[in-house]
Amino acid sequence: MDSKPKPQRRKAGKILLEELTGGPPEISRGRRLRRVLLVPILAVVTGLLLGGLFIILTSEEVYAAFGRGLFDGLGTSLLVAGRAYAALFTGSIGDPVRIVTALQSGDALAIRRAFNPILESLVASTPYIFGGLGVALGFQSGLFNIGAEGQIFVGAIAAAFAGYSLTGLPAIIHLPLALLAGALGGAAWGFIPGWLKAKTGGHEVINTIMMNYIAFRLSDWLLSGPMKRPDSFNPVSPTILPTAELPRFFEQPIRFHLGFFVALGVAWLVYWFLYRTTWGFDLRSVGSNPSAARYAGMSTVRSTVLAMSLSGALAGLAGTNEVLGVNHNLAMAFSSGYGFDSIALALLGKSHPVGVVLAALLFGTLRNGATRMQVAAGIPIDIISILQAMILAFIAAPAIIRTIYRLREPDKGEQIFTGTWGGG
Amino acid sequence: MAPILQLQGITKRFPGVLANDHIDLSLEEGEIHALLGENGAGKTTLMNVLYGLYQPDEGEIQVRGRRVEVRSPSDAIAAGIGMVHQHFMLIPVFTVAENVMLGQEVLRQGVFLDRREAEKRVAEISTRFQLSADPSAYVRDLPVGVQQRVEIIKLLYRQADILILDEPTAVLTPQESDELFKIMRSLASQGKSIIFITHKLREVMDVADRITVIRQGRVVGTTTPNQADRAKLAQMMVGRDVLLEVEKPEEKAGDPVLQVEHLMVASDRRQVAVDDVSFEVRAGEILGVAGVQGNGQTELVEAITGMRASRGGKIHLLGRDITRASPRKITEMGSAHVPEDRQRDGLVLSFTVADNLVLSTYYLPPFARGPELQRGAILASANERISEFDIRTPGPLTTAGSLSGGNQQKVIVAREFSRPIHLLVASQPTRGLDVGSIEYIHARIVQKRQEGCAVLLVSPELDEILELSDRIAVMYRGQIVGMLDADEATKKEVGLLMAGITPEPGAKPRKKRKVEVTL
Repeated sequence: MDSKPKPQRRKAGKILLEELTGGPPEISRGRRLRRVLLVPILAVVTGLLLGGLFIILTSEEVYAAFGRGLFDGLGTSLLVAGRAYAALFTGSIGDPVRIVTALQSGDALAIRRAFNPILESLVASTPYIFGGLGVALGFQSGLFNIGAEGQIFVGAIAAAFAGYSLTGLPAIIHLPLALLAGALGGAAWGFIPGWLKAKTGGHEVINTIMMNYIAFRLSDWLLSGPMKRPDSFNPVSPTILPTAELPRFFEQPIRFHLGFFVALGVAWLVYWFLYRTTWGFDLRSVGSNPSAARYAGMSTVRSTVLAMSLSGALAGLAGTNEVLGVNHNLAMAFSSGYGFDSIALALLGKSHPVGVVLAALLFGTLRNGATRMQVAAGIPIDIISILQAMILAFIAAPAIIRTIYRLREPDKGEQIFTGTWGGG
Repeated sequence: MAPILQLQGITKRFPGVLANDHIDLSLEEGEIHALLGENGAGKTTLMNVLYGLYQPDEGEIQVRGRRVEVRSPSDAIAAGIGMVHQHFMLIPVFTVAENVMLGQEVLRQGVFLDRREAEKRVAEISTRFQLSADPSAYVRDLPVGVQQRVEIIKLLYRQADILILDEPTAVLTPQESDELFKIMRSLASQGKSIIFITHKLREVMDVADRITVIRQGRVVGTTTPNQADRAKLAQMMVGRDVLLEVEKPEEKAGDPVLQVEHLMVASDRRQVAVDDVSFEVRAGEILGVAGVQGNGQTELVEAITGMRASRGGKIHLLGRDITRASPRKITEMGSAHVPEDRQRDGLVLSFTVADNLVLSTYYLPPFARGPELQRGAILASANERISEFDIRTPGPLTTAGSLSGGNQQKVIVAREFSRPIHLLVASQPTRGLDVGSIEYIHARIVQKRQEGCAVLLVSPELDEILELSDRIAVMYRGQIVGMLDADEATKKEVGLLMAGITPEPGAKPRKKRKVEVTL
């Protein structure tokens, strides 16, 4: 047995991989990585296959072709599904032919436009990263934060207010202030259910759902009154000042902005916090085994309040990102369920910051490509929702995938948070 | 005459593990055959093969000389094989008779349950084998020992001739165990054959006709109590010589370290769990707290370690009042705690061994600098602990949940014993562990005592208490009903106190009191 002390520093990448794969070190790295990635990948593939079936079943073209004959019908089926997925690909990643010609022509505008789909996917992924990190941090602390959506709204309200009401500040001060305001808004919305849970035992699932409703109506009221743009009939806030905008890297219509890199930075911070600090150790201990955490002298009260506040702050940043980076104002129903999707993608990412970023990229890409699929291939948006739902169902219930593909049972360590759901 | 049961070359493989390696075992009619082995030796796997829960990869099972295929528990029952599991399979709100007939109900006119007939049959079985269980009593009202008898009646009702008892004494008091042994002999004398699974040597010597020892999935040998003694059996089980008695130098008790005065603690159900308890533990002394589980020991330990608020009385550690102190404060004052339930309180199973080794010190240097954890220092210290305490793990980054029970306990012991401590509170420190690990942990506890540490040892295992303690406090229904000097205490005396029978004439068994608790 190896028992010599080895206090050497390990490479960050290696540590990351170990944390992500979390298996016993005697198994080779490749095998561990494969074990972690296999199920999500199979889930996506299975979801796409079944989704293709739905696309075929709902296509009038296919029925018409089957009327002409079996082979014609089968051929058209493949064609329809292929066309849809080609649109999904070009819409989310880009059209390879177009990219090549643009690069050959050397025209800067053409190049930017050719790369726009993938940049747009990153834009769509950014709020998912923030939201997913928030929910994941909750999971790691044993808390089920259903309130990300509400926290996104309150974060957005606070950021928008800071964005248009503070005047005369340079961007270097105004932007950080607006970001901070958004984070604090979300944190406040997470703090309340966290405090209620810690002090009274009121379950965070119920309280965060209630806080969602309050946030939605609060935003409706503010936009129809106190925060309404004076010169508009629509319930929209005033436009934020340019100094509070998250700067864009290219000119219109490319919306790719700094928020994406802020999100990556925050993901690293969350990783550092969870795995490299005593506070994170507290949170994860309380999340994995509250009895043992208490035994070891940790305060579950403090940890619960802290975790919910931070979770809310991260979700708040998702809303902030949309206001400061994309919309530049606050509109009613600006978030199309980012907070709820975040729950799914935190699960998909196994509540690990790296996993969450990867899952968010997948979600953003799918969502962005879906728009294109609707336009270019004439697939109803509802089918795309079904597609996403199926991929999610497979991912969230790995047992289904394991059964379909006859994979072996996972190690016990893989089901960290399922044990804490609804538990107290 | 052919043996009633014969296992030949039973082999069972799990991925990466050879759980049973060509095991041969024969059981004669009317025999009590003990299957002895450490945890993880393969006893339970073998019995699960026999009971149809696992299919063997090789080998065959013969009942009365005829080969049988056991593909499920119902096949096993049909072949006359019955099993009493460690965890009983009884429905608390049903009566004894109802539980017994469950699945094989006695019917009147094809549809109606015939309770009277069922009760009659249960009573017959009960008298014939001296099992004394009231057929009309509700199971929830019965003590554990009687519930176990109901399980045995269930098997006899199904005409089982071969009974498998899986660690049956784990949940019993010494007196209840003696009762069980009487029943086992009575069953054997009437032709029933019993396989008795255990890792307790004393019991094997008391009750078995033959003993088969298994180690690492293989049969080490078969012997009889006349041919072997405890030391020999332990040696066969572990594969090396084992010290059964801890070497304990003379006691040199010093100043009081822990003082408990008139302590009152409520249970989760708001009943008096610890009722006006006072005692002290001095430096260099082991105070053993004996008692059947559930007599307030858990709550007593939780109150002392700060995990449960007390309702009255005072606790002093090294002269300072810790009655209302937090667990962290108490730990920082030099108290160590080996918790009763290692998986619930002692470890975060999804964390690595290294992280579990610093679970109560992670925030102190050298493991943290400011808020930042020092992974290098944590890992280095983990490697030291692993070799010092001989924790069998693939490495410090293995999750604690994947270790065996004995090694999980060693992680806790390593963590708690390697801090400078004045008080050690050890609650059932060897629960569920094998002989080798027990020997090791006992030696460490005595070593702490030699270093001048005050030790509060709580255990329902009477042998453990008698072996280690300098003084023995017996708890019954929340009170200390006897404080004995370990040199003078006998097993019988302590056993009677554990059952609430005090030597003074006229003393009545105490009733549980409700306590008014305001939260």
